[in-house]
Amino acid sequence: MAHSAENVAGVRPAGEPLLRVENLVKHFPITQGILFKKKVGAVKAVDGVSFELHRGETLGIVGESGCGKSTLAKLLMRLETPTGGRAMLKGKDIFKVSGSELRRMRRNIQMVMQDPYTSLNPRMTVGDIIGEPYEIHTEVAPKGDRQRRVQELLELVGLNPEHINRYPHQFSGGQRQRIGIARALALKPEIIVCDEPVSALDVSIQAQVINLLEKLQGELDLSYIFIAHDLSVVRHISDRVGVMYLGKMVEVGTDAEIYERPTHPYTQALLSAVPVPDPDARAHRDVIRLVGDVPSPANPPSGCRFRTRCWKAQERCSVEEPLLIRRGVEPHPSACHFAELRQVVG
Amino acid sequence: MTDIHVTSSTPTRGGRHLLEVKDLYVEFHTRDGVARVINGVSYHLDPGETLAVLGESGSGKSVTAQAIMGILDMPPAKIPSGQILYQGENLLAMPEEKRRQVRGKEISMIFQDALSALNPVFPVGWQISETLRTRAGLSRKDALKRAVELMDLVKIPAAKARVKDYPHQFSGGMRQRVMIAMSLAMDPKVLIADEPTTALDVTVQAQIMDLLGDLRRDLNMGLILITHDLGVVADVADRIAVMYAGRIVEHADVRSVYKHPAHPYTEGLLDSIPRLDSKGTELATIKGLPPNLMRPPTGCAFHPRCKYAKAVCTTETPLSLDLGHGRTSACHFAKEMLDGTLR
Repeated sequence: MAHSAENVAGVRPAGEPLLRVENLVKHFPITQGILFKKKVGAVKAVDGVSFELHRGETLGIVGESGCGKSTLAKLLMRLETPTGGRAMLKGKDIFKVSGSELRRMRRNIQMVMQDPYTSLNPRMTVGDIIGEPYEIHTEVAPKGDRQRRVQELLELVGLNPEHINRYPHQFSGGQRQRIGIARALALKPEIIVCDEPVSALDVSIQAQVINLLEKLQGELDLSYIFIAHDLSVVRHISDRVGVMYLGKMVEVGTDAEIYERPTHPYTQALLSAVPVPDPDARAHRDVIRLVGDVPSPANPPSGCRFRTRCWKAQERCSVEEPLLIRRGVEPHPSACHFAELRQVVG
Repeated sequence: MTDIHVTSSTPTRGGRHLLEVKDLYVEFHTRDGVARVINGVSYHLDPGETLAVLGESGSGKSVTAQAIMGILDMPPAKIPSGQILYQGENLLAMPEEKRRQVRGKEISMIFQDALSALNPVFPVGWQISETLRTRAGLSRKDALKRAVELMDLVKIPAAKARVKDYPHQFSGGMRQRVMIAMSLAMDPKVLIADEPTTALDVTVQAQIMDLLGDLRRDLNMGLILITHDLGVVADVADRIAVMYAGRIVEHADVRSVYKHPAHPYTEGLLDSIPRLDSKGTELATIKGLPPNLMRPPTGCAFHPRCKYAKAVCTTETPLSLDLGHGRTSACHFAKEMLDGTLR
């Protein structure tokens, strides 16, 4: 693929995307037997997901537990090998590169984990944790320069640079998440995958970390893939939002398109179920109550995967899988045969 | 289940509340010193009413509930003073034998993580009926029959077929329903729900909150909802008690709190949550961190993080100020906050 046109800063979504994910699939095999493992099925965690990420943009991914959003994050980090599909980063498929090229590629995509209590090694000092990436990628910071770099990073994320020799237990949850962010920034990546970065934090601390992520994005021109289940947080931080259900992307659009003009029934149900911090909204809220639970990804329903919980489901939904395409007058794609605008927020 | 629709929340018999916590203190004695986690908490609950106790981790909201249930580990916990009155009787002064009769039967509790609260090696029906067998003296058969009824009550589909299933065969939402069924086995008058939906997805959370609301109304229970989620509180609560560093900093009906918070901490919390209905600009934050309860700040515990803090806040602990209409705030400048004159 020819990728000559560099993305002009500030212009999006026009121009070449930084990352283009095409039809990404990850099936985890279900095996039986001890010695001779026989494959009896597969958990279809991610089943054909495509999206684009532009420079300086935040793509929010929302969905309930088991929809495949964390598997998607792991795939992009190359912590899992995909069953199919590709992800083009600056014209190269990140699943095809190896050797020194892979090392360079890994530098470009970094991750912030969910739980700041378990994602930092308790026996390492903060300086060692943030500086560890330099051990592998020695070309980024020469040995004598590392301490200074780490202190710069600490300052950048709003921590005291003098605390470089402290241990994680001496920091609070919010501060630990800042350490996790500093570690992700150490190799100067262009893309940061944030997997539920604020869900373990208290409300007052959560706002501090969200503001920090936004500030860093502006200063360093970062692109975020922001995975979260809290729809309010995702709206706040994202430029575009993708809604996932059982391994599929069901609707993608700008934050206004998804939140104010949702067309997929699942998006509408998800949005309407979010409790709004306004007691007066109780009476006139249009709440869609979904029945039942998310089906098992090992045995997803035929056709449209949402049909078992959908109030619009008809014969057609069980035979024909709806594609993620533009429908009707709405400018954003939606994977529902009967996509139609319904405002549920505000 | 019969349909009783009693929504009044008037105190029972002679102005007495169903449950009343009076000036409760709890401290934890640890190797490193004494942590004063509850410092004079008072609240009350009437039948058919939902009281939300809102607070961040370490604010003491769960410890208060554990003190009511009598499930605090003592030691290290110690209750130096305070009263917990259930229908006028002080639970803390009761002999343990008598208190057991209250626990689970009169006051019941559900927990955040239903999977770890359920025993993985027994069928759910057996677990729900356990109380009925040991406490109500029902036979195995009758107890199991009642368990099916309870599972029906909490809307577990095909209850009869699933009564012999094990916890791992249920989804997260269904497990929480099993927990609720279990807590309702003895027809309690007070149900304490400690973060009942925190581990659940939003669509399932909505189902569980609906269920709790319906049960509260139909059974005329008093519900204490412990949560950190301002959205859930706005959706279901009648009254709200905001806790910070072991104190109730604001206590009022839910509408007043969201419209005109009378404590800077409540205001800060409300400002710091992102909104679903608008993108918004930069989020307002509460600076700093919650205090270490081993070494709480002098004066008002919130003053190091308060944007309005004045000299008096660093020296004097504010008392709970009565603002009328059952509304209180523990801020020296609560009246000014309501007037909008506090700068």
